[in-house]
Amino acid sequence: MTPPRKGFFTDTSVCIGCKACEVACKEWNLLPQDGMDLLGMSYDNTGSLGANTWRHVAFIEQPVRAGRPGADEAAASEPQFLGMPQATLPGAGRDGPSDMRWLMASDVCKHCTDAACLDVCPTGSLFRTEFGTVVVQQDICNGCGYCVSACPYGVIDRREGDGRAWKCTLCYDRLKGDLQPACATACPTQSIQFGDLDELRERAAGRLDQLLESGVAEARLYGHDEQDGVGGDGAFFLLLDEPEVYGLPPDPVATTRDLPDMWRRAGLAGLAMAAATVAAFAGGRR
Amino acid sequence: MSRRGGEELMVPRAEFQSYYGRPVLKTPVWTHDIAAYLFTGGLAAGSSLLAAGADLTDRPALRRAGRTASVGALLASTALLVKDLGRPERFLNMLRVAKPTSPMSMGSWILTVYGGAAGAAAVAEMARPLVDRGRFGAIGRLVAASGRPAGLAAAAVSPALATYTAVLLSDTAVPSWHEAYPELPFVFAGSALASGAGVGLIAAPTREVAPAQRMAVLGAAVEMVAARSVRHRLGQLSEPYTTGRPGRLLHMGEVLTAAGVAGSVVGRRSRAVRMLSGAALLSASLATRFGIFEGGVESTKDPKYVVVPQRQRLGERRGAEVQRTTSVTPSARAGSSSPTTG
Amino acid sequence: MAEAHPVGFQWVMEAKARGAKVIHVDPRFTRTSAMADTYVPLRAGSDIAFLGGIINHVLQNELDFREYVVAYTNAATIVSEDYVDAEDLGGLFSGFDLEKRAYDSSSWQYAGSESNGSGDHHVQRATASPMQHESHGGATTAHPDSDETLEHPRCVYQILKRHYARYTPEVVERVCGVPPEAFREVCDAWTASSGRERTTMLVYSVGWTQHTTGAQYIRTGAILQLLLGNVGRPGGGIMALRGHASIQGSTDIPTLFNLLPGYLPMPHHEKHETLQQWVDEMRHPSQKGFWANADAFGVSLLKAYFGEAATAENDYCYDHLPRLTGDHGTYRQVLDMIDGKIKGYFLLGQNPAVGSAHGKAQRLGMANLDWLVVRDLFLIESATFWQDGPEVATGEIVPEECGTEVFFLPAASHVEKAGTFTQTQRLLQWREQAVEPEADCRSELWFFHHLGRLVRERLAGSTEPRDRPVQDLAWDYPTRGPHAEPSAEAVLREINGYQVSDGSPVSSFLDLRNDGSTAAGCWIYTGVYADGVNQAARRKPRTEQDEVAAEWGWAWPANRRILYNRASADPEGRPWSERKKYLWWDAKAGEWRGPDVPDFEKTKPPTYRPPDGSTGVEAIGGDDPFIMQGDGKAWLFAPVGLLDGPLPTHYEPAESPVRNPLYAQQGNPTRMTYERAENVTNPSPPEQHADVFPYVFTTSRLTEHHTAGAMSRTLEYLSELQPAMFIEVSPELAAELGIEHLGWAHVVTARSAVEGRVLVTDRLTPLWVDGKVLHQVWLPYHWGQGGLTTGDSANDLVGINLDPNVLIQESKVGTCDVRAGRRPTGPALVEYVEEYRRRAGVAEGHDIPLVTALGATESGSEEEHS
Repeated sequence: MTPPRKGFFTDTSVCIGCKACEVACKEWNLLPQDGMDLLGMSYDNTGSLGANTWRHVAFIEQPVRAGRPGADEAAASEPQFLGMPQATLPGAGRDGPSDMRWLMASDVCKHCTDAACLDVCPTGSLFRTEFGTVVVQQDICNGCGYCVSACPYGVIDRREGDGRAWKCTLCYDRLKGDLQPACATACPTQSIQFGDLDELRERAAGRLDQLLESGVAEARLYGHDEQDGVGGDGAFFLLLDEPEVYGLPPDPVATTRDLPDMWRRAGLAGLAMAAATVAAFAGGRR
Repeated sequence: MSRRGGEELMVPRAEFQSYYGRPVLKTPVWTHDIAAYLFTGGLAAGSSLLAAGADLTDRPALRRAGRTASVGALLASTALLVKDLGRPERFLNMLRVAKPTSPMSMGSWILTVYGGAAGAAAVAEMARPLVDRGRFGAIGRLVAASGRPAGLAAAAVSPALATYTAVLLSDTAVPSWHEAYPELPFVFAGSALASGAGVGLIAAPTREVAPAQRMAVLGAAVEMVAARSVRHRLGQLSEPYTTGRPGRLLHMGEVLTAAGVAGSVVGRRSRAVRMLSGAALLSASLATRFGIFEGGVESTKDPKYVVVPQRQRLGERRGAEVQRTTSVTPSARAGSSSPTTG
Repeated sequence: MAEAHPVGFQWVMEAKARGAKVIHVDPRFTRTSAMADTYVPLRAGSDIAFLGGIINHVLQNELDFREYVVAYTNAATIVSEDYVDAEDLGGLFSGFDLEKRAYDSSSWQYAGSESNGSGDHHVQRATASPMQHESHGGATTAHPDSDETLEHPRCVYQILKRHYARYTPEVVERVCGVPPEAFREVCDAWTASSGRERTTMLVYSVGWTQHTTGAQYIRTGAILQLLLGNVGRPGGGIMALRGHASIQGSTDIPTLFNLLPGYLPMPHHEKHETLQQWVDEMRHPSQKGFWANADAFGVSLLKAYFGEAATAENDYCYDHLPRLTGDHGTYRQVLDMIDGKIKGYFLLGQNPAVGSAHGKAQRLGMANLDWLVVRDLFLIESATFWQDGPEVATGEIVPEECGTEVFFLPAASHVEKAGTFTQTQRLLQWREQAVEPEADCRSELWFFHHLGRLVRERLAGSTEPRDRPVQDLAWDYPTRGPHAEPSAEAVLREINGYQVSDGSPVSSFLDLRNDGSTAAGCWIYTGVYADGVNQAARRKPRTEQDEVAAEWGWAWPANRRILYNRASADPEGRPWSERKKYLWWDAKAGEWRGPDVPDFEKTKPPTYRPPDGSTGVEAIGGDDPFIMQGDGKAWLFAPVGLLDGPLPTHYEPAESPVRNPLYAQQGNPTRMTYERAENVTNPSPPEQHADVFPYVFTTSRLTEHHTAGAMSRTLEYLSELQPAMFIEVSPELAAELGIEHLGWAHVVTARSAVEGRVLVTDRLTPLWVDGKVLHQVWLPYHWGQGGLTTGDSANDLVGINLDPNVLIQESKVGTCDVRAGRRPTGPALVEYVEEYRRRAGVAEGHDIPLVTALGATESGSEEEHS
């Protein structure tokens, strides 16, 4: 019997940016470190998902400056921060002292319903598990790198010095042992929720309603919709700003959706080629 | 959420948002080996077609050149492909499965089938002089005789070999590759023909060269028309093909193609001019392939090529829904708050 | 809290999900601020003014929970007519002795009890003795005069009201840089969520204590929480977030020089010559409360230490205990090392070369020892300073000449040994050993057990009297395994206590006796092994029990989860409200009921009134919830126990760019200072040249690293997350100084200069303080020269200025200069800092004007009040 499809619901509105998910993931999956670089992207020194980083916490500092045009209307729907609206500081380039929004979000492989990486894999190394997740079989992968270019989220990557493609397995080994993925287990605030995808979607819808009702108008779900370009994500999110602010594509599409068309065009081109050849030789037998 | 996203329509986006200007996508891990393979694959295909035509129309020099070039290009292709793997020793894993959803899987099979045929044709070509000198007896004659079916088989697979690489590139999330999918097969088909013709121009004696000249004209025409479309039809996603190094490469390809065609027509009777024209066509093909390859790679490095077109698409799709709501978008606040790039 | 206690913060998030409003007050916008409903930036070091302002708001608008305040606090108690408030003496309280820079607290006493005061505050300061009151309560009269109408001009309520009357929103803005609207929002939220139906919790992290007025910070919070009825009730209280997994445990069973287990004071050589004197110091004869049984606790401790050797005849070996002779605090010790007075030193899981204030003094001190034992998981900076410390670069330590012999002993980690952690809620949680330690790594228990065993073997034949205490120690713990690892459970059993006759564990500290028939290593932990079961190892999930979760681990005392929970019911024993029901008197059953263990005698009815002249437990009335206090009341006004005043008062930090806007007295007049060549303090107003160090810096932690970095800079998974020392600067200050994001900058004080990469961030904001723009910078203090990621240590910037009550350092605020670019290196660094000192006029013989409220002892200084 196939178990129900599993997934993640990452509720970024309660993410405290502790990066426990990143560390737990690396510990469990024995991933190499990813470089000691101070990136200056707020507290994000990881940068992005990759072969060695399967959870990545994004940090976005958004000063909300008093007196900005439109700030009044926006204020009603924003988290209420105390500020110093009257004071004017002689600081450089600041209209007024800032209120802040500091967004944090833990990104992960989306385990797409229509997974382009899986589709394009020429060896069958990438496969869909009984949990509905997408996993690389490392003993088969020959490092062709096709999946890297196929992923509309920029998740999967080839590991330097190893040559194979790596990404989140949704802790396939743990799931087989009836355990939760490491990141969800480590998350202290239940920002990362693991479970049956259907149930998670319901939960997410409820959470969204709750936030909208409480005036957080900028809350929205991302990747939950089965009608979207990838048939819905197995790992979806509740975001507090546009997806691209978090480094996510606003409207990802599985490239293989257009594949039949592509073959058709290639076929036409091939025919044209044959025709041209025939024409070239038939054009006059001299 | 749809009510928010839709509102973006009303505010023309002078800027776009991104995460510290970092790319959304991974830059392809493929190196120039793959760009070179695009060329050698096309060259092999074009050469095989040339050889088959020559065989059927009894143009031995042209045939010999085509078969030789195709097997050379085939060997180079295989080497380039294997070299670009992260785990070259696992090259044969490509043949574990046959997946229509994977252009690379299809390509591997196409290359395998083609390789067998083109290889046999080449062996036949090599065997022919020996057989003529009475060596190898019956087996030798059989091998030599298999040249034609093998060559025709290779030619039959050649259009697929020449055009599947376009699908290979298009079937990715790389914006400028993917969006170019209607044209790319024609660019590659034309380029393959032109490069095959280039081989003919270089190798064929005057009496055999006419089909190569015609092939050059036809191939170049197809390539130039399709490439022009790639460079201008895709809006923002054409940008990587018109600017920077890929822009220069594609421009060079266009100029060289034109020069090659012109040379082949004008300098018909001069072996030297023909050879120069052939070389120009081969170089043109090489430049075009590198240009297309690099243009796509460029489009993954700047998040705008992902975000802006997708935003537009979203806006168009949600346009209808939006008309109902007129409230002020709260995202005005976030408009320029996160680091953006231009 | 989200920053340094992410796991604990899950409960804040859960409360938030249930509708709690979260307010975060911090100089810098942190991960906690990101999750808070309201964030209020304030100037580092101005917290008493901020909270005092809220107290004033509560009192002026009579928003206090009056029934609670009258019944359970000392609001109604009449204070001596000799008392003069700081408001009337320019910031000093009555009883100030200019010469000793200490108070005589006689005038702070309740009326008629003036003799309870003491004039030896300077001695108490040296021994941090107020800390000893931490749990054994304040000594005072059991039944003082009071006026329950709260109208008597000398009642605590009125004194409090006068004391904070000037802490208006405008003054809060001037002092803290918090505008009135923001301040008002905090006041409204706090008061709205207090009272019968609701409670508010105050949460602080230990950085709050690291001020020269640190103890008074907590006091201010306590006063506010008491006025609003938020103590002893569910969802209320003050939660002190500790800095490590078992820092609560390390004060319960202390690693402090002046305490013995269970907050029994370390005997003083003059004051506690005999067992009786020592016991009486704790018991306070004539007072109410459970400290009356201190003799049983003390004698049981001695029995645990000395076993059969401890007899009634020899006062249970009381004379074997070491005696305090003065200041032996950690900073005094460091300076004594520099002065060559201390020859040997043990460091256990501590990295003072990076983690303690004034890193340079720490390292110079350690470089002047004969030997140093370092036990740690990694080869930390405190073990390698002699070869790679910053002073090697400057030439102040020469490796070839440094005489300190360092013994580095690898330690077992928490997963390699069994034992308990005691967390902030006083919860002991047992930890199983998961794996055997590798190679030579051993547990602390192993180390001390065998060290003790070997020392005792060496001294077995000695006839020297000084060796008797060691010879008499009861030192026989069962061991197991190839390395003879002592049994941690056996130690926990001893801590719990047992009947000497048959070794059976006692179940409550009420079972402890003063006749030598019981032994207990830490009386407040008695019960952790009740019924011979390791109660700390209980792990019943919260889903299988009520919200008090009494069967998860074990809380001292007596597995009680909320202290003083008698206060959750009204004086008649009824819950204040159904919503906040916790403990109540069940008249039919004749006992207190509720989900928690009552912090009260179980069958003492609310109507109980103590007989005249009673003392001790008998004297606690049925409506006296604060059973450890001498008068059974919670103290808004503290007649004893604090050396710097009975009421918290805003003093500027030892280093401040601002002249105290409230008082002529600039800083805490009784603070502990050690002004000497190694430890120069930046000048503050009214001194000249304060402008040499115009900015305020504060330090704290990052989620990604652990304190001094030994457990995080050594691990690549953590190091890569925060791979470099950095300095956070507001965009305004960055523009002013020409500093660029990710560029280099350095911070300078009179101690040192520290460099780092710059994060220009809106999370730091300039503040209007006293009419001027004040810039604050922030630094993490995790870096040192070792590990996978290296950098300057922020604690090198900090000087040694201590709170007088508990001798904690002021390491969370100081003044500094900030410059673009990297700091000088090598000997040039010393010269660079020296140049700053010269410019600041503190180069040699700096005499800090500690008492600036001149003329205070005569007539006050009204003119200073404006």
